[in-house]
Amino acid sequence: MATTEPTQGGNSLSVPVVGPGHDNVTVTDQISGVVFGKTPLWWFVALAISAGVLMMMLYAIVFLLFTGTGVWGLNIPVAWGFAIINFVWWIGIGHAGTLISAILLLLNQNWRTSINRFAEAMTLFAVACAGIFPILHTGRPWLAVYWLLPYPNTMGLWPQFRSPLIWDVFAVSTYLTISLLFWYVGLIPDLATMRDRAKTYAGQKIYGLFSLGWRGSAKHWHNYESLYLLLAGISTPLVLSVHTVVSFDFSVGQLPGWHATIFPPYFVAGAIYAGFAMVLLLAIPLRKIFHLEDFITIKHLENMGIVTLATGMMVAYGYMVELFMAFYSGNQYEEFMMLNRITGPYQMQWWSLLLCNALAPQVLWVKRIRTSPAALFVVAIIVSIGMWLERFIIVVTSLHRDFLPSSWGMYAGTKWDWALYIGTMGLFLTLFFLFIRFVPMISIFEMRTIVPDSRKGEV
Amino acid sequence: MAQIFSRGANAFARSSLVIGLLLPAGLFLTALKLDRSPLQTDQGVVLAQPVPFSHDHHTAVLGIHCGYCHTSVEKSAFAGLPPTETCMNCHKQIWKDSPTLEPVRASFRNNEPIQWNRVHDLPDYVYFNHSIHIAKGVGCETCHGPVNEMPLMYQAKSLQMQWCLDCHRAPEKFVRPKDEVYNMDWEWGSDVDPLEEGKKLVEAYDIRPQDTCSTCHR
Repeated sequence: MATTEPTQGGNSLSVPVVGPGHDNVTVTDQISGVVFGKTPLWWFVALAISAGVLMMMLYAIVFLLFTGTGVWGLNIPVAWGFAIINFVWWIGIGHAGTLISAILLLLNQNWRTSINRFAEAMTLFAVACAGIFPILHTGRPWLAVYWLLPYPNTMGLWPQFRSPLIWDVFAVSTYLTISLLFWYVGLIPDLATMRDRAKTYAGQKIYGLFSLGWRGSAKHWHNYESLYLLLAGISTPLVLSVHTVVSFDFSVGQLPGWHATIFPPYFVAGAIYAGFAMVLLLAIPLRKIFHLEDFITIKHLENMGIVTLATGMMVAYGYMVELFMAFYSGNQYEEFMMLNRITGPYQMQWWSLLLCNALAPQVLWVKRIRTSPAALFVVAIIVSIGMWLERFIIVVTSLHRDFLPSSWGMYAGTKWDWALYIGTMGLFLTLFFLFIRFVPMISIFEMRTIVPDSRKGEV
Repeated sequence: MAQIFSRGANAFARSSLVIGLLLPAGLFLTALKLDRSPLQTDQGVVLAQPVPFSHDHHTAVLGIHCGYCHTSVEKSAFAGLPPTETCMNCHKQIWKDSPTLEPVRASFRNNEPIQWNRVHDLPDYVYFNHSIHIAKGVGCETCHGPVNEMPLMYQAKSLQMQWCLDCHRAPEKFVRPKDEVYNMDWEWGSDVDPLEEGKKLVEAYDIRPQDTCSTCHR
């Protein structure tokens, strides 16, 4: 897609990451126009539907709290069901945002500029959805504070620091804090732009309040750049550490199917894989609806397709290692666990998982598919389903055939499990629709730095 | 274009930095403090009783032994509350017409126990046994405070789990010779090191307090 016109100075961008004919003014106009323009009717309809689904989630939570966790399908031997599956699924989705904003920034991948803002928002909202599940899984969330957080309580007790579950609390809360800071700091210059462009008194005040007095002086920019780089540095290890700790929830336990050294890298790859699929799922409709094809170009979609393919291959490698180790270990319980996955009562889910996660992304080798938004959208949906199935397989098939055949059991989510799971998608979409309506969904000031005009003086 | 914010907004912005830190920290500390206060623990709170019984008068002035009323303290989990008959042993002759003691006589006449209000009330999920504590040299006063100086009974300690564990984790700081268990005024002499003596007693009495969950939460 080498359609970028050479600029007057004779240098053309090596990567055409913004459509032709744009300069500082058109970029600012178009992105802030999404917020300041007339609210389209479809937005109200979409928000109403997602808020309706969100209400279903709240109803499911209230019913759960009044009745008890017995309304879920959990029981012995499968005491970890949807709550953990959905937690890991959402947390994983969040990872792409951090990878895009931190690692791609440090690697000078300037194509990240047009997708990092909403990918970071996606991270925040996904972590919010994820957090709901373990907190409700404690059964009595109003007591969860003293089970989860170390504070000097009147019992003279601390949480069990040797348990990966408490590491999880620290990992996820750190992740949420840093992601929120990173997102907000990145927003400040744009909030100031919004403040200056706002026509209403309330708009000026609110954007003005959150832009923290930004005037765009050289000193401001200097401080901003230092802080942003620092936060990127802090976020970078989080991309790896958070899902590593999440994988410890399983791999530290001595259960066939969980107790594997491959888990940390395999979980991290899976998280980025699921996350990029979700970024694609959000980016493809957004660019179409708001006519942002010039900013989120086919090149972006293709790059994300390539990351999806690469991480998908890593995940497939993880599956192969699991298979190999089950038999190479010579451990009869490991062998049984794997045979049970392949031929047992959940074989349908296992084979679908392979189809979705290992086979489906292989179509991305074809450039025509990588550059077709519709095809990428379909692949992204398949990958999202596949990654949910992966967590289902890990959690349920490892637990349901206990060591003693007398303790064997089956697991299925009840309608309340599904209501809560689908309900969190309502929460996610509600937050996302509010986000695209009130905040510039693409970083305006960073886009200005990559439009051809801004490169004039460089050579 | 007029400024959106007045000059005074800067002061608000700066003070919000301080308040944003101090307010949550203050609220947290207040919550911790409230959790340990008598509001939460009832420590030091005098409960109304049907008869204003004075431990001070009966033990310090009259010299009645704890075990005269709390008969099962050495043998069972519950120290025992005296039946009305124990009161009447004396009060059928002393203060036998006192209006204050009418509820005691009514209880005796009608053969209905007096409904005392429990001062030391542990949660139902806590198993506590008096006899083992007495047998290993934990004095009444260690947990119940100076009962001999209480005209009306109150809970002297917090009874919070932290307080139980303080002793279970370091019994040498609290243990005393077995024959001093009922002595309300006992303390180590100034010529010995209390901690050293305590350690000797822990050794001699074979005191092995557990601090696992199921020791108390059975």
